[in-house]
Amino acid sequence: MVEPLGLYLHIPFCVQKCGYCDFLSAPASEAIQEQYVQTVIREIEEKKGIYGDWPVDTIFVGGGTPTILEPGQMERIMDSLFRGFSVEPAAEITWEMNPGTVSLEKLQVLKQYGVNRLSIGLQSTHNAELKILGRIHTYEAFLQTWDMVRNQGFSNVNIDLMSGLPLQTLQSYEETIHRICRLSPEHISAYSLIVEEGTPFESLYGEAGNLRYQLPEEEIEREMYDLTGKLLSQAGFHQYEISNYAKLEKECKHNTRYWKRKPYLGMGIGAASFIENTRFSNETDLSSYLENGKQGMFSKQEETKLSVEEEIEETMFLGLRMRDGISIKGFEIKFGYNIMDVYGDVIEKWIERKRLQIDRKSGRISLTESGIGISNQIFVDFLEPGLPDKV
Amino acid sequence: MSEIKKSNIRNFCIVAHIDHGKSTLADRIIEKTGLLTSREMQEQVLDNMELERERGITIKAQTVRTVYQAKNGEEYILNLIDTPGHVDFNYEVSRSLAACDGAILVVDAAQGIEAQTLANVYLALDHDLDVFPVINKIDLPSARPDWVKNEIEDVIGIEAMDAPLISAKNGIGIEEVLEQIVEKIPAPEGDEDAPLQALIFDSLYDSYKGVIIFCRLMNGRVKKGTTIKMMATGATADVVEVGYFGAGQFIPCDELSAGMVGYITASIKNVKDTSVGDTVTDANRPCENPLPGYKKVNSMVFCGVYPADGAKYPDLRDALEKLQLNDASLQFEPETSIALGFGFRCGFLGLLHLEIIQERLEREYNLDLVTTAPGVVYKVHKTNGEVISLTNPSNLPDPSEIEYMEEPVVTAEIMVTTEFIGAIMGLCQERRGRHLGMEYIEETRVLLKYELPLNEIIYDFFDALKSRSRGYASFDYDLKGYEQSQLVKLDILINKEEVDALSFIVHKDSAYERGRKMCEKLKEEIPRHLFEIPIQAAVGGKVIARETVKAMRKDVLAKCYGGDIKRKKKLLEKQKEGKKRMRQVGNVEIPQKAFMSVLKLDDN
Repeated sequence: MVEPLGLYLHIPFCVQKCGYCDFLSAPASEAIQEQYVQTVIREIEEKKGIYGDWPVDTIFVGGGTPTILEPGQMERIMDSLFRGFSVEPAAEITWEMNPGTVSLEKLQVLKQYGVNRLSIGLQSTHNAELKILGRIHTYEAFLQTWDMVRNQGFSNVNIDLMSGLPLQTLQSYEETIHRICRLSPEHISAYSLIVEEGTPFESLYGEAGNLRYQLPEEEIEREMYDLTGKLLSQAGFHQYEISNYAKLEKECKHNTRYWKRKPYLGMGIGAASFIENTRFSNETDLSSYLENGKQGMFSKQEETKLSVEEEIEETMFLGLRMRDGISIKGFEIKFGYNIMDVYGDVIEKWIERKRLQIDRKSGRISLTESGIGISNQIFVDFLEPGLPDKV
Repeated sequence: MSEIKKSNIRNFCIVAHIDHGKSTLADRIIEKTGLLTSREMQEQVLDNMELERERGITIKAQTVRTVYQAKNGEEYILNLIDTPGHVDFNYEVSRSLAACDGAILVVDAAQGIEAQTLANVYLALDHDLDVFPVINKIDLPSARPDWVKNEIEDVIGIEAMDAPLISAKNGIGIEEVLEQIVEKIPAPEGDEDAPLQALIFDSLYDSYKGVIIFCRLMNGRVKKGTTIKMMATGATADVVEVGYFGAGQFIPCDELSAGMVGYITASIKNVKDTSVGDTVTDANRPCENPLPGYKKVNSMVFCGVYPADGAKYPDLRDALEKLQLNDASLQFEPETSIALGFGFRCGFLGLLHLEIIQERLEREYNLDLVTTAPGVVYKVHKTNGEVISLTNPSNLPDPSEIEYMEEPVVTAEIMVTTEFIGAIMGLCQERRGRHLGMEYIEETRVLLKYELPLNEIIYDFFDALKSRSRGYASFDYDLKGYEQSQLVKLDILINKEEVDALSFIVHKDSAYERGRKMCEKLKEEIPRHLFEIPIQAAVGGKVIARETVKAMRKDVLAKCYGGDIKRKKKLLEKQKEGKKRMRQVGNVEIPQKAFMSVLKLDDN
């Protein structure tokens, strides 16, 4: 039996680029957007020839702001996805959206095409913080979108939140969480702001930025993180991944693929794919994507077939992002090594420091609460494993 | 080649303050004497090492022979002996001067006399050279040639009224300089038939010819087959080739004789055998006495040099050996550090010499280095009567075994405009200077004389001097000798573990201040770990300063990037790469940068 596939479709457009954003996204003219929709549909048709028979059980349309598209364009995309792939009836189908770009008509299109999960980029409920981030919406605009979404019967919705924002205080963050919990979404992604290289935020809040002092201190930021876990758990969410919290059985199936290394096919510019143990991605330049797409040429970039070592290191640094971690037995079945023979020293070191834990009953290795905060430090140790001789 | 009349030879050098245009004038002289066409002229022919050109400093003395058709119709051989322009190389300068009969003093028409000008002129006069001045950069709007002429006469006391007014850069007035070389610099003396007596003023290692000795013949002759003897080192060898210096090339000839400047090769394998200042004589017919002035050059500044990657230790050794072939003043011996592993304790003439060697190792040999704080040589007098020369602070004996310690002291001359006298005197005071006197060079400029401990000036004294005088102060120094001093060893403890590579010797009154600054600096440089790291400075086990690197609480990648796992992995790999470049001391990873950063503990 073929393993089910996840589809990711990238819409690289937004109304206005946020100061912290280093995603592949930018404002573009309506003409370009239309050309892009046509090209993506052509890519879907091309991929159909290869993967059309694979069962598809998750679809994720992300961006950018996918809901910037016209209802008709959204319709054409969904239509071609359903025509191109063997989408299972129970598939999880998610669209990302940002308040300020959503209309009743668009929601109706999504509903009509079986979209059953939405992800709303709210980030904060304080307009001053939203303004600093460069978001186009206000909290009030979000609330309108929220009402519309619920009224249209979307019953699996994620809200994105951010902590560690300039001028954000513990109090303002706590208020944001409370407000969101009162709305009772099914899923919350809570990220802490990362000042990325090359973004406008870097020059303002980076090492040399003169507004750096406006970022909450590290201690405060950690308190925000701890607070997130505490308040969300009180509200009935459980943390299933480093920055993702869900109500019972409302974990995002599509994103879980990434951490569990299940296959996915990315379409649209820059989209990453992982199929048959090979990673590749689409080209990242919009104009050449459009140009090559005209001739039906969609090239694979940086195609890499993973070695056993790479598979193993990925298994670790992706698997450990999940709160339930990695199955010791699963590891052995998949790779034929006892995990302790490969990583014994590293695992013991981090267990000793109380950043990793082994649950004997379930046979799983996972990060502790304090391990999550410094997870990169731990993951680094899992790179480049030295493999013992097989028994 | 036809016989050269001794009376038609001129051996001379150019002395100047840095940036006053010495190398440019040398270029013009070579150009005007027609040895090279303009097209062949590399910018600054004499400074042919890449590093020298970039820094604008002549590191090794180089020499060129040109032929000049004078206005009197005679043809003259001009041997221009270039001299290094930095105080680190004072001894080399003195030997180059000893090889000359006269010197051109170049003074900047806008800036006038500077500390180095004086130091170099006095050095030249000490060697009985006839010195004539040249006023350079007269095309600058701020040029004040008459004022400079007066200054030269007043301050140095040499005739300056007919000094050529030139612009070396634009080739103005060069003929006049050439004529004055012929007129004012005496022809060499000496007896061709006396036993060979030649002064070594430089040497160079060539992988084909072996050591090439640069020398000035005072008496006698030398040619192929002569068995020569270096009188100080005792080394003997049979001459393979003699010749003179073209611009950037060696031109062989049959014989060198008294009064001439040229080179000798004799398949000598090591420049250590051909010390600068030594006398070359004929082993079969030796001269009675060596030429005066030879001394063994001692390293003044020491530091530990370690490969950033421990596996590169053999490469570092090879590179140092190769550099030493050409630079007898570079010393090194293996040492080990708990923090840095295997490396070398290297001795240098001064801080510039240290920096040059370090840069050459990194550039020419592609080595990534970690160096420890430079220190001077201390004399430790032990209670048992033994005296040790301490070059590595880690080797300091237990205090109970130490009777007393001595440190090297220099006499320094600092020239500065009057408005900065206070600032500079303050600086010298802070650096434990002893004020010796002050002379007004002119109304607005003074020459300050100080005695300063060498260890106070090898760090950042020059930078501090420049910044406190807005670049106007100039500085020169001479080693005076050793003096007893209250010195202590300052240790740095990171997470309670002593880091040997960070220890250094300091005067007890400066220990607290230095310790505090080092802790502050290290706090900036050491990344947060998962635990709190105390950084302490201690003297004799007593902690005198402390800082803390707080524990890291957050290092997490939160975003998911639509399944772009490669990007995530790249970030982790970058982090891992960074960790590899750290030095492990106990539980703490210290970036290499931290070891170097403590060298610059600037006040301002």
